Amino acid sequence: MSTESIAWPSTPVESRSFVDRLHEWIATVDHKRLGILYMIYALVFLMIAGIEATVIRIQLIRPHNDFVSPQVFNRLFTMHGTTMIFFVIMPFLFGFANYLMPLMIGARDMAFPRLNAFSFWMTVFGGLLLYFSVVGANGLYGAGNAPDVGWFAYAPLTSRTFSIGHSTDFWTLALLVSGVGSIGTAVNIIATVLCLRCPGMTLAKMPLFAWLNLVMAGLVILCVSPLTAAQMMLVIDRYLGGHFFDTQAGGSAVIWMHFFWVFGHPEVYVLVLPAFAFASEIIPVFSRKPIFGYPVMVGATVAIGFISMSVWAHHMFTVGMSSAANNFFVISTMAIAVPTGIKIFNWLATMWGGKIEFKTPMLFCIAFLFQFLVAGLTGIMQGAAPFDWHLGNSYFVVAHFHYVIVGGILFCLFGAFYYWFPKMTGKMYDETLGKLHFWLFLIGFHLTFDFMHIPGLLGMPRRIYTYEPGRGWDTWNLIVTIGVFFQAAGILVFLGNLIWSYFRGKVAGNDPWDAWTLEWSTNSPPPVYNFASIPEVKSRRPLWDLKHPDDPDWEYE
Amino acid sequence: MNAISTTPPPAELEWELPERGRVAMFALIAAEAAIFSIFVVAYLFYIGKSLSGPIPAEVLSPPFLYTVCLLSSSLTIHFAAKRIRSGNVRSFGAWWLLTIVLGAIFLYGTASEWHRLIYEDGLTITTNLFGTTYYSLVGLHGFHVVVGLLGLTTVMVFTLFGTVKQEHAERIDVLSLYWHFVDAVWIVVFTVVYIIGR
Repeated sequence: MSTESIAWPSTPVESRSFVDRLHEWIATVDHKRLGILYMIYALVFLMIAGIEATVIRIQLIRPHNDFVSPQVFNRLFTMHGTTMIFFVIMPFLFGFANYLMPLMIGARDMAFPRLNAFSFWMTVFGGLLLYFSVVGANGLYGAGNAPDVGWFAYAPLTSRTFSIGHSTDFWTLALLVSGVGSIGTAVNIIATVLCLRCPGMTLAKMPLFAWLNLVMAGLVILCVSPLTAAQMMLVIDRYLGGHFFDTQAGGSAVIWMHFFWVFGHPEVYVLVLPAFAFASEIIPVFSRKPIFGYPVMVGATVAIGFISMSVWAHHMFTVGMSSAANNFFVISTMAIAVPTGIKIFNWLATMWGGKIEFKTPMLFCIAFLFQFLVAGLTGIMQGAAPFDWHLGNSYFVVAHFHYVIVGGILFCLFGAFYYWFPKMTGKMYDETLGKLHFWLFLIGFHLTFDFMHIPGLLGMPRRIYTYEPGRGWDTWNLIVTIGVFFQAAGILVFLGNLIWSYFRGKVAGNDPWDAWTLEWSTNSPPPVYNFASIPEVKSRRPLWDLKHPDDPDWEYE
Repeated sequence: MNAISTTPPPAELEWELPERGRVAMFALIAAEAAIFSIFVVAYLFYIGKSLSGPIPAEVLSPPFLYTVCLLSSSLTIHFAAKRIRSGNVRSFGAWWLLTIVLGAIFLYGTASEWHRLIYEDGLTITTNLFGTTYYSLVGLHGFHVVVGLLGLTTVMVFTLFGTVKQEHAERIDVLSLYWHFVDAVWIVVFTVVYIIGR
């Protein structure tokens, strides 16, 4: 075993000019730097999309509010949704996958470092293109601004007739371009996991992080490509006069829905599988127990990957499909709850009887478990077609998917930030500020999204810019908006903690959590080459073997 | 057997993983296949739904000759890859050139068909649903042929300058995988457009 890191004598580095350092970052092909660039990029867009969400909620704080105009409101929710999915969560997850994957499987870099840089800059270009619409979308028609067709952009709203100007074009091209970047990253992750594992790390000995991201990358390949194809068709319709979604010429608006949700639903699992990956690394370490049921976890992951490709039309029950189609999608939607439930039980069983340390990353993961469970339960409610006919397009739906994306994915992301912050910077975050962030965000989250279910049940449709008083929605909307300010405060504490700890934090050391996966065996932050010599592993917890030579894991696995 | 094992553990761990270029190309092919499948679904869905003519039966005839050219280029690239693996660069170059010529003939076939459709039959991408789906699907495939030909031509240029050697066999294998995919997709497109769609 040669997993010990070798402390290299710190060579004195002459201070380089700012331009030199900037050039180093922009021209980098190093997976760790690209990972950090992804995260910084996503943090910037998190701020932007968060501000958009805050403005939306201020507009809805009371009936007949006129904080923003209806037109601006449409642009806000379109930009909020598109930004959060494509330019916040995806870059966050790709950033973590980039940074951690080679370290976890004992490799020196991703399989294709230059493809990696290319994919990152395509994502950046996509995000800039989307926001350039604010100034660029006026076009020759003098109409339009930011896109305002909603994040799923149903036809025929996107046709030239109803979307004059260039706002929809910017939306389409932004997704097309960033989609190319996503596919490139997915190809890279698959090649890295399958081809660059260190000696001894068979597929059955990979960290769960690697497994979940492998399945995520497979899903990206199978679901982002249809979106890219659908966007090509939209471009053909808008620029070349095609009729794919043109109902006047016999085209179909419903086929766009199918094409979009063939992407849209697996996309949810693209986002949530890496969140599962974080939880699967954090929960065992802070429970001081190996993950419960590793093979079942892998099986459940692959099962989720398969089933998630066949549930898309549960977004379309209200469209009016045949009852055979309704039945199929109800059953497949119920079926996907099974592997997901297995995972939740496995995480609970990992914690059961463990010596749990309630550090900030663990707090976020525990909250994730409960919130994700609730999100799954409301998902099953809407997965039943008759109930969905009542709830479709209401605030109940909005509450449900925010429960998944904020309560599930974002909580895990925060946990991951705190967990790997010492590895990425070499400094320890401030535990008090971390806990403050957790409680502020937890309270804000529950104020906002617990109470958002109720106006939905009472019939409040999504995407309305204001509403009549006296429908029983007023108080709920007030509470929901108050929650947003708690969340915003939590995010500010989080950012402050990151920045303060980066400059003033205590030195963390190489392995502050007494963890078991390979990234903790090298320096913090890791050197460019990651490992002085490529490690060899014998079990799923190589660092446990190293620390406990009298009782190594590989004797039992 | 109950006895304590006395065989020493193997000194060197045997460790072989798949080649990254092949894996990445297979992943890319999966992504491309997903894109094509969406266009194929759109084509199938819109068969017979055009509100005005011309309809496929009036204007399309299966391009058998060009199809044979494209499909046999899969065979020639296979022979080329075999030659470079055994280090026979001259023979490799000849098969490779033949592959490019066959691909180019196919592309000429598509171009002349489009020329006829546009100038004689008056079918463009805006005419009707058939035009939209036909030019999109066949055009998407044609675009892939062009990309493939660019890749093949790049290798050809390097071959003529004498820089392609036996050690590049694996990379050439990866490129030929892409070419095989382009050919395989044509079988689907041909079936959908010229057999089912007519």
